Parts: sequence; structure tokens; C-alpha cells
Amino acid sequence: MYAFDYTRPASLAEAIEAMRGDEAKALAGGQTLIPTLKQRLASPATLVDLTGITEIRGICLKDGAVSVGAGTRHAEVAASADVRRLIPALSHLAGHIGDPQVRNRGTLGGSLANNDPSACYPAAVLGLGATVHTSAGRAIAADDYFQGMFTTALDEGELITSVDFPVPEKAAYMKFVQPASRFALTGVFVAKFAGGVRVAVTGASEGGVFRWAEAEAALGRSFAVGALDGVEASPDGMIGDLHGTPEYRAHLVGVMTRRAVEAAA
Amino acid sequence: MPKVSMTVNGKAVSGEVEGRTLLVQFLREGLGLTGTHVGCDTSQCGACVVHVNGESVKACTVFALGCEGAEVRTIEGMANPDGSLGVIQAAFQEHHGLQCGFCTPGMVMSAADLLKQNASPSEREVREWLEGNICRCTGYHNIVKAIMAAAATLRGEQVAAE
Amino acid sequence: MPKDHGIGASSKRREDVRFLTGKGQYTDDINRPGQTYCYFLRSSVAHGKINGIDTSAAAAAPGVVAVFTAKDLEGVGGVPCGWQVTDKDGNPMKEPKHPILAEGKVRHVGDPIAAVVADSLAAARDAAEQIELDIEELPAVIDMRAAVKGGTAVHSEAPDNICYDWEFVAENKAAVDEAIRGAHHVTTLELVNQRLVANPMEPRCAIGEYDAGRDEHTLWTTSQNPHVIRLLMGAFVLSIPEHKLRVVAPDVGGGFGSKIYHYAEEAFVTWAAKKVGRPIKWTADRSEAFLSDAQGRDHVTKVELAMDKDGHFLALRCSTLANMGAYLSTFAPCIPTWLHGTLLAGNYRTPLVFTNVKAVFTNTVPVDAYRGAGRPEATFQLERTIDKAAREMGIDPAELRRRNFIQPDQFPYQTPVAVVYDTGNYGATLDKALELADVKGFAARKAASKAKGKLRGLGIANYIEACGIAPSSLVGALGARAGLYEAATVRVNPTGNISVFTGSHSHGQGHETTFAQVVAEMLGCSESQVDIVHGDTSRIPFGMGTYGSRSLAVGGSAIVKSVEKIITKAKKIAAHLLEASESDITFANGQFTVSGTDRSIDWGTVALTAYVPHKYPISEIEPGLEETSFYDPANFTYPAGTYVCEVEVDPDTGVVEIQSFVAADDFGNVVNPMIVEGQVHGGLAQGIGQAMLEGCTYDESGQLLSASYMDYAMPRAADLPNFVVDHSCATPCTHNPLGVKGCGEAGAIGSPPALVNAVVDALAGHGVTHIDMPLSPGRVWEAIRAARH
Repeated sequence: MYAFDYTRPASLAEAIEAMRGDEAKALAGGQTLIPTLKQRLASPATLVDLTGITEIRGICLKDGAVSVGAGTRHAEVAASADVRRLIPALSHLAGHIGDPQVRNRGTLGGSLANNDPSACYPAAVLGLGATVHTSAGRAIAADDYFQGMFTTALDEGELITSVDFPVPEKAAYMKFVQPASRFALTGVFVAKFAGGVRVAVTGASEGGVFRWAEAEAALGRSFAVGALDGVEASPDGMIGDLHGTPEYRAHLVGVMTRRAVEAAA
Repeated sequence: MPKVSMTVNGKAVSGEVEGRTLLVQFLREGLGLTGTHVGCDTSQCGACVVHVNGESVKACTVFALGCEGAEVRTIEGMANPDGSLGVIQAAFQEHHGLQCGFCTPGMVMSAADLLKQNASPSEREVREWLEGNICRCTGYHNIVKAIMAAAATLRGEQVAAE
Repeated sequence: MPKDHGIGASSKRREDVRFLTGKGQYTDDINRPGQTYCYFLRSSVAHGKINGIDTSAAAAAPGVVAVFTAKDLEGVGGVPCGWQVTDKDGNPMKEPKHPILAEGKVRHVGDPIAAVVADSLAAARDAAEQIELDIEELPAVIDMRAAVKGGTAVHSEAPDNICYDWEFVAENKAAVDEAIRGAHHVTTLELVNQRLVANPMEPRCAIGEYDAGRDEHTLWTTSQNPHVIRLLMGAFVLSIPEHKLRVVAPDVGGGFGSKIYHYAEEAFVTWAAKKVGRPIKWTADRSEAFLSDAQGRDHVTKVELAMDKDGHFLALRCSTLANMGAYLSTFAPCIPTWLHGTLLAGNYRTPLVFTNVKAVFTNTVPVDAYRGAGRPEATFQLERTIDKAAREMGIDPAELRRRNFIQPDQFPYQTPVAVVYDTGNYGATLDKALELADVKGFAARKAASKAKGKLRGLGIANYIEACGIAPSSLVGALGARAGLYEAATVRVNPTGNISVFTGSHSHGQGHETTFAQVVAEMLGCSESQVDIVHGDTSRIPFGMGTYGSRSLAVGGSAIVKSVEKIITKAKKIAAHLLEASESDITFANGQFTVSGTDRSIDWGTVALTAYVPHKYPISEIEPGLEETSFYDPANFTYPAGTYVCEVEVDPDTGVVEIQSFVAADDFGNVVNPMIVEGQVHGGLAQGIGQAMLEGCTYDESGQLLSASYMDYAMPRAADLPNFVVDHSCATPCTHNPLGVKGCGEAGAIGSPPALVNAVVDALAGHGVTHIDMPLSPGRVWEAIRAARH
């Protein structure tokens, strides 16, 4: 790791101030950033540790949505009675990110700010059509937030403060785990709302998390596995690596979507 | 250099560290508590698992300064007050849940967190909980057996105490 | 009733207490006064010409003590190779120098170029970034099949990249060809035994220290065999005589082969500690381990098995390309030859065997022994081919094997591949495994799986291995540059307790417990009276270390020899004290008794008398009670067994789930069943890891793609089943005093073919005949899809 100055602000206001510094980087749960720093793949001058800010941590209900503070840890989301009751798929997803120790440190905000193409949370945020609130006072719709792998709508120094998840009629997340990293080799979040169905896919595409429009249209007509007959994802633009070819990932997108529909129904 | 203070295994400790000093480095190099091990640099292996404020975390993926004021527990703090092996430790010995011993501290600390949350885990739940702990020696067979046995013992003790 | 101590008891491990309380002492736990830290700058390219290295900025960086490159190491030898293979024309293998730091060229990603020694590791690593390298990248030699065609050479000494071209058994070649030409049926299989990374959980570490006042060097290192390191490093690299060099391997966190070898980093810290006048510590991080620990396996093989119309094996012909990587690691040349070719008879009566092995240099990390070493490759070839043959011949796979077994009354059995099996009963382990796996109920389970849309398969594999390595005269004739005996000193202290100094090294195997059980059994004392000391050349008489499942068979036998000498001497002392003839003294349960009388004295009295020899046969024997023995085995040992694996495959995803795994092993006699079973569990996990999860992949440019636990899939708890293990079908080894065979590697040898056979069985209906490991879901799915088209 390169040397850096470390600061741990106690309030969001202090954090915003600290983020104005040259080469400042925010540290949320650190479960991705710290390994990255160890590999010397990042060299911040200042690391702004957000774990001391209580105002961005916690879960509450807001206008019918489940609002999760950006600093809320995966284990807290998984264990939340409100989340379990209203969006069990989100609880399930949070309870299967990484491993128990990662879930005790990793946060929603950290995962979304990083936007790893194989992370689980982006699938929930996009699949549920959540709204991302930031320290700049912006409310960014999920459809606008994700802009390709490791790229988001956040501006320099802008921090996520909370995410509002609308409550679906039905939803499920199916994760096909990459055996080494425990990230998603392919993960599919399916959510049915009164106004339609959203299908978000993570782990598969070189463009990062994406909505699978054909499946959404088919499931919008009939929310049943059979509706997906003949609906296939294209391998074009899918990730090919040690763990799966683009063809395999495209195939898994279909299988995981069907299984998610089954689990949600 | 910044100073950090915390409680480790019930004792107040402090020391000077760099911003980049990890909790595991502070424990091993600063405090000489070498029972916590480092087996990887990508936060997968779990040889470094300790408890921070009662939760299991990977000490290689937490900064020492981030633990200011925290209660930290390591493998060195797991024995009974008289020095004898604690229930989980004793179960690992009884059921041959360790061979080279390098992953063992992390396994024990991880198991302790599980059994605090779930007094009666199924074998499948134990195996899934250990997702963040890699052992290269045992094939996990006897680790799982040891944790199941420790859970039974702990339940028995609670019953006896009532 | 099971015994509660001594041989045959599942004694709890005494070493566990320190490991469970955080009091183990691994190398990185050791810190020396004034210690500095070393960071190696390693090549980021697989093959390149070094045009220049400028270390001036790094040397001036804060906290830096010194920076070294190859030019500073004049007079220092290269890392030696411990085994010389002779090729088919009688020429020695090509043996290019393996420098401590790269000389002129870099030959793999991770090849060390410069070493920075500094006050802290962070300072060393910071400074290393300021070293300016001028390296001209050359085309990388990665794929073995392309490498042997020449073009680019890893070493100028081997223009076609071939280290040796070996034939065995050369005089059988024509007869094998003839048998294959005339056979009723020949089954052919081309397969890959993929490259693996051993991945002991403790990364390698080395601390060098020099005592100028005494002119003594000390190296603490993560080694399976400290004496071998002292020998290789002292004699061949640094020219330090043994009496001035102490090598300590304290608690070691697993090895699996990868910590047998002498590594450049060990030599560097030992050498540089004298140069800088301070101790130097180097600890690998895991990423570095992936680029610098010797890796395992990596064979590409074609197998042909000729049979008569009844499926009797007539001849076996194999041809293998074996990857050596960029340099020859300590034992690398012997793995694909003498630890592989000699096992190709397997458990069978195949009369004719011929194999050709070409060892190939590539721009990859060196390859050497990994748990099993050569024997898993041989077993995989045989057992996959036999399975395919069974299908082609329409014979039940168990029956085809049984039909060709060496029979119990044929031992000792001279195989056509040099080795002589002393004892075995292969039908017994096959029957036992089939029974434990409830093979009779398989059809019903398969139907139940089918009803769920899953494909169920059952796979069988036998294995045999050559362990208890090894008779020195034999291995010497085969090219070993060392003897492979073991040494032990047994010291009875004045008050009767016992210290045993063994050249075996425990890094998870539980020697401190098992060896104490052996000694306690022989002396009729409690195990707690016996202490086992290992891992320090200054305390142990000598030793060849632990690998090849040799510790109990060879190291244990050395201890037995010493204890026998102790008993002989103690009887003399007892006879004197009892005023009886030595021949009338019997020793049992810790008592020396004059036969036919009630006159006896206890062990403690004899021990004390040996050290306080007031009433003592001083003219006949010396005071003291301490004996040293070197045991050189008469033969290898031959553990064998049968593994049965049952799997369920999800055809939609290619996911393989192990439903059951049964291991029936013949390890001969067993000293501690609990430890033996634990060794089998661990071996199975590694074999299943190879079969399903693990694999080392380089891209065309020589970058390692599976270079961390983010991409190299280690087996986790949820990937594995509970194992059913049995060692009741024992045929004790006939040539060592304990009748033991060794159990450390079996699991890793027998399990890959059992698992792959099970998956191929599950997919046979889809037309799949083979899938190369690891059977990742993606590969299984692709195989199903390819077979459909």
C-alpha cells in the first residue's frame, strides 16, 4: 500500500469537506478498496473513512419505500426485519454477498460507488428501480446511475447517502457464484411491480449491470417461467474469462432468470 | 504518526501507526499477538479473522485507525480464564479439526461468531458460514464436526446453567 | 475395545494446544533484533532481455539499507537441482543455471530481478518502485506443444525447449508397439493433467541472520526439510560449511510439496544478512506465492491401452509432455519420470508398458512435486483410460478392473516398470468401497435424480502409489543426488523421560503425537513422557525431511531402530543391576525382569543408573542412554485403494454436486486412526479441488490469469461432502518394522479419476466421453452442448 493520510469524520458535513482535498478517496466498508490499495492499484493522498458517520447508517421506511443508509452493512440489511418483510429478495441478496466477515464490514454505498460488474447490489438497485441519494442533494434513478463497469453517475467527491428501494409485489435474486471470488458469475434480480417487471443482470456483461429488456417484456405479459420460452440472451458483449465463456454466461442469464421467476412466483 | 487506542482481549492498548497500518499488522507487529495470521492479500482466506465489537471481521481488511476505541478479541483471548481450552478450541482438538494450524485461529474466531448467532446450526449452515475461511489441510470434514460438537456442548452448558 | 494409547490409539494431538491458543511459532512470527525487511522486484514480463537496471534512486530512498542485483552476487551459485535424469540416448538432461536474481534475462513473470533491503517492508516496497528497468520483451514460450517445435528458446542450452526426452521401459518399446498393433481393441485417450498451485495457507517466509563473532549463519525458513536446505544452500549456492550454517523450520503452515525445495529467497536472505550486518526477513504475500512457489502437475498425455477380447490388458503405451517451467526446481526432473513411469502398471497385471516423457521448458513458474507428484498423473491416465475402455468394451468398470488385478497370491509382484510391490489386496478394497458406497442402490438413486431433472453418475478409481521414499541405492541409480534415508536420535533423560530428535518434519501431519505413540508402545511408558523434536539442524542429527508419505515409514522406522538399541543397552544395565545374565532379562510394560523370577527393576532406575553409573558395567558399556540410527528403506511402500464417487449434474448449469465419496485404503498398519483419516480427508479435498475447481492458467504472453484467490478457486467447506473413509483392508508392509505404508498423498491421487469417471458416467447418455479438469460448471455445460451438436 502507498502511504496516505487517514481521516475518520464523524459527520457527513465533515466528510464532504474532507473529500474536497486533492486525491481524496472515500473508504466505506473497505472490502474491495483495501485489497485494491494492497495491490498498489490506487494511491489516494487522503483516505476518508466513512464508518464513523452514523447519519448515513440504518434502515427506515419512507413513502412506502425501504430506505437504506449508504453506510449500512450487508449483514444489517440481511438481518433487518423490515427488509425481510417487505423485500425478502433484498435481504437474501445482502445475506449472500461475499462471506460473513465481508458482510460485517461491506456497505451498500461502498458497493454501489464501486460498481463492480460482478457485484450483487447493483442488480437489486437496478432490478427494483431504486433511487440513489447523494451528498450533493441529488436523487439519481437507478436507470441513470450505472454507467458501465466501475463507472457511475457520481461526481468527484460526491458520496452516496442512502438508497430508496420501492417495494415490489414479488421479487427474487438468483446468484450463480464464481467459485474463487464468491462474486456473481451471473446474478439476476427479477422484480414484479404493478406497473411492470424489471430484470437486472449482474456479472455477465462487459457493460456492467444491465436490464434485460426482452425478458422484461415477456414477463410483463405473463409473470411465469413459460413466458420466457424462446427468450434468449445474446452472448455479444458478455464477459469471457477463466470461469465462463460469453456463451455460458448468456445461457446462465436465461437459467437464472427462469429460476428467479420460479422463486418469486 | 497517529496514535490508536483500543481494547484487545480485555486489555487497553495503544500504539503509533501509519494510516495504512492494517489491524492485523497492529496486532502482530505492534502487540506481538502473532496468533492472527495472514494467508492472502485479497480477503478470501480468513486466517486473520478476529472479532471487532463482537463481530467477526478480516483483520487484514480493516485499518488499525478504524478500530479506535473498539473492543477487539483474538485467538489469544479465547481460552478459559484458567488457561484451559475454551469449548470451541477443545472441540477442534477432540475432533481433529486442525492439521498445520495456520488457518485455525481464523476458523475458531469465525465459528465463535456463528455459534453466537445460531446456537443450533445445521451441518449445511456451518459449511456455508465458513465461506470466508479456507483450510488446505483438513478437507473441512473434521472442522465441521468440531463446530457441530462445540454447538452441542454450548447448548448443554446453557441448559445446565438454567 | 479401541486402545487409548500407543500404537493403534486415536490419541489427541498434543501440538493442537499451541495452535488453538495462538501460540504456534511460524516463521513470520519470529522477529530478530535489528531486523530488516526484504522486497523482491519481480519480472512483470514472461520473457525478456535485461538491458539495464538502475537502482540508484531506490538505494537513496528513505529507510533503504541496500539494493542488490545479480551483479552483486558474483561467486554465488545458482539454485541447484537435486535429480539428474538421463535421456533416451544416455545423455544427461539439459540443466541451465537458475540464478538467485535474474542474470541477463527474465524467464517468467515473477522471476526476481532485484532485492531491496530496508528498515520496513513498506519502505522496501516503496523503494522498489524507483528501480528503473530496461527490459526488452521477447516472445514467450507458454504452450508445451508449441514449445517443442523450437523457434523461441527459454534457454539457449535447449533450443527445442526439451530438458530431456525419456523412454521407459525402453527395451519394451517394440513389444508394446507389436501388442498394440495386434490387439483385439485399443482404447485411446488424450488428456490434460492441469497445472495446480499447492497453496499451503502459510505463505513462504525466510529470515537470514549472521553472527560475525562466531562466523555463523542462521536461516529460519518455511521448509519441509531443513537439512536438505542446509545441504543444498550451503554446499551448492553459498559455500557455507554445515557446521557454520543452522537452518530452522519451526511451525510450518502446510507444505504439500511446495516447501520441499530450496528457493532463491532463502539463499538471498542468508547471504545478504552478512552483507548488511543485520537480520533480514522476507515474507511472501499470496500474490507473490502464486508467482514464486513451485507449481504442480501440468502434463499433456496420450494413452493407449490394448486389450484382448475379454478385456485383459495386454499393453499400455503413453506419451507425455511434462512442463518444467522456466527453471529446474529441486526435484522437478524425477516427478514425470521415476515417480510417474514406474506407477503405470497400477494395480494391474499389464505385462508390457512403455512411456515416453518429454520435459519441456516454458516461460512459466517452475513445476515440481505437489501432493502425490507423478503418481496422481499416472493414476489419472490409467483409471480414466480403463473407464473409457470398459464403456467401449461393454464391460462393467468394476469388473474390468477386477479381471486385471494383481492377485493376493502374486506378491511380491515384479511389475514391468521396475518396482516390486511387496504386498496388497486390491479386490478387498474394491469390494469394501463398493459396499460402503451402496452401489447396489445406485440405479434407484439415479432414477430419483432423473425425476428431478438431474443426471446421476458413479465413478470408481483404484490407485497405487510408491511411498516411503526411498531406498538410497535405487534412487541413486536413477539420478538422485542425495540419499533418502532418515535419521533419529532417541535420548532417554536421567529421570526416564524421553526426547526424540527426528529428521522428519511435521507441518500438519501430527508427528509430535504419532511418533510419541510409537515410542510409548515400545517402551511401555505414557505418551506424555515422550517429546518429539524436529525442524532444527542444530538439534537433530540429520534428516531428509517429510514428503512422499515417508515420515512414518522411513522416519518412524529410524526411531524404532534407535529405541531397539536403547532397549538392548538398557537390558545390559538391568542385567548388571539384577545380577543376572543379559539373555535372561525380558522387558515389558516398562519393567526389566529376570525370566522365570519375580526379580525386576523399573525403567526409571535403569535410566538413572545410566547417568549416575555408580553400580554399572563400566568396562562393557558407556554411561548414558542415547542412540542414533539412520534407516534406509529396502523398498518403497505401496499404499493402494479404491475410491467411489457419486455425483449429480445439473444439465442446465453444468453444476456438479458430489453426493457421496467413499475411500477404502490399504495403508498397512495404522498408528493413529484419527490422524490417518484426517490425512485422507485433506488429500481428498485437494484431489476433488483438482477435479472440480483448481487450475492455473497462463495467457499467451505468459501472464498468470489465476494469480490470486479471486481467480484460483480453492475448495471451501460447502464445496465438499462428508467423506466415508475406511482403512480396514490392511496388508502390512513387509519390509519396515512398523508395517506401515504412508497415507499422506493417497486422497489426492485416487480422487480425481473417481470424480471425473462419475461425471462422465452421468453424462454418458449425452455422448460425453471425456472432460478435462477442472470440471467447472462452464466446462461441463460446454461438454454437454458439444456432445449434443
